[in-house]
Amino acid sequence: MRLTAENLSARRGEDLLFEGISFEIASGEGMLVTGRNGSGKSTLLRVVAGLLRPEHGRVLWQSDRSGAGTPAAEACQYLGHRNAMKPELSVRENLTFWKNFFAPFEARRGLSVDEAAEAVGLVGIVHLPFGYLSAGQQRRMAFAKLMVSYRPVWLLDEPTAALDTSAEALFTRLIEAHLGDGGMVMAATHQPLGLETARELKMSGFTGVTEEVW
Amino acid sequence: MMALLTRDLKLSLRAGGGALIGVLFFTAVVAVIPFGVGPDLNLLARIGPAIVWVGALLSALLGLDRMFQTDREDGSLDLMLMQEHPLTLTVLVKCLAHWLGHGLPLVIASPLLGLFMNMDEVAIGATMATLLVGTPALTFIGAVGAAVAVALPRGGLLVSILVLPLAIPVLIFGVSAAYAAVEEPTPFLPPFLILVAITMFFAVLGPFGAALALRNAGD
Repeated sequence: MRLTAENLSARRGEDLLFEGISFEIASGEGMLVTGRNGSGKSTLLRVVAGLLRPEHGRVLWQSDRSGAGTPAAEACQYLGHRNAMKPELSVRENLTFWKNFFAPFEARRGLSVDEAAEAVGLVGIVHLPFGYLSAGQQRRMAFAKLMVSYRPVWLLDEPTAALDTSAEALFTRLIEAHLGDGGMVMAATHQPLGLETARELKMSGFTGVTEEVW
Repeated sequence: MMALLTRDLKLSLRAGGGALIGVLFFTAVVAVIPFGVGPDLNLLARIGPAIVWVGALLSALLGLDRMFQTDREDGSLDLMLMQEHPLTLTVLVKCLAHWLGHGLPLVIASPLLGLFMNMDEVAIGATMATLLVGTPALTFIGAVGAAVAVALPRGGLLVSILVLPLAIPVLIFGVSAAYAAVEEPTPFLPPFLILVAITMFFAVLGPFGAALALRNAGD
């Protein structure tokens, strides 16, 4: 399994935000996307997720098990700034909905709702409406959403916003477990996240010059 | 897909979902007409089907703008756009859920409001039947408007105005079918069947157009 980006460039309005970005993430690899505010980290993730059309270039997904021409977006789980959970519904209803809505990928099902809640350390509160939770708890539950349906690639946009240090450590463990399982992670972040093996893609912004630090 | 249907239905029934708001607005619109027109029972009976239809049309337009906007605001729409099942199907299911949550209550409330307008049983039955067939078309047309305006922060009124011209044929044939049932020489079936045709036409075109608009609304 590998996710390949070839010569990506994206436009915001009139300006070219970045250009000529190529990378390749293989199974078990993580990549941190860093850079100043406005340098195009979120845009890059949204391009990879297929939510924005790139100006040039393409994102490819290759795997032995999924058919040729599977769009890269299908192999991805995207966790953006917003949690994609409904405050009116209970946590269980939210997670069950996403578990059922995402079709199994390559015949792998994700964790059950209770297992996922346990993995983020919030086992007793799945019956509460999502809107009752604190911002940090909501973020943790949004992270549980990544696990209820299996996708090999996690695209995380500022995953540790609104989190305390213990939750950050928890996230690092979960990401490492996902990498150990053969998954891939691409995270836009300002915090180091404590990942030892991850590569770093530095976005310098506006001029479109990027450098990759190994 | 069933999961999406039940989720959207739950959302429209829970607090702030707006299913009840539409019915209340419908009631308000129709209930003030007798006060404005005066106690002329024959006149009320004659304009009854038209008033009930106009009220239903306006209430149906009321909740449309939230169809995709809430999903966009909390990021759910992004995840739906990434999925492999065709987006048109997702939109179709959302339309069905929206109609069950917002359109069907209007249809159910219409006999009561028909009594306000001194309509007889045949007129009430005909109005209810035409509303049952016609309101899905309003939802499907509205889905396109809602999808086009999804990125606008105050898109509510814009959606209604965008959608209104397309909704006029539904109103015309709905009302004329309801009148045809009451007035003897004109046949009921032709306008009713045209209404059915309009609904089926927009059931195909609406979700397709809305899916296209959502794909290109990306930012």
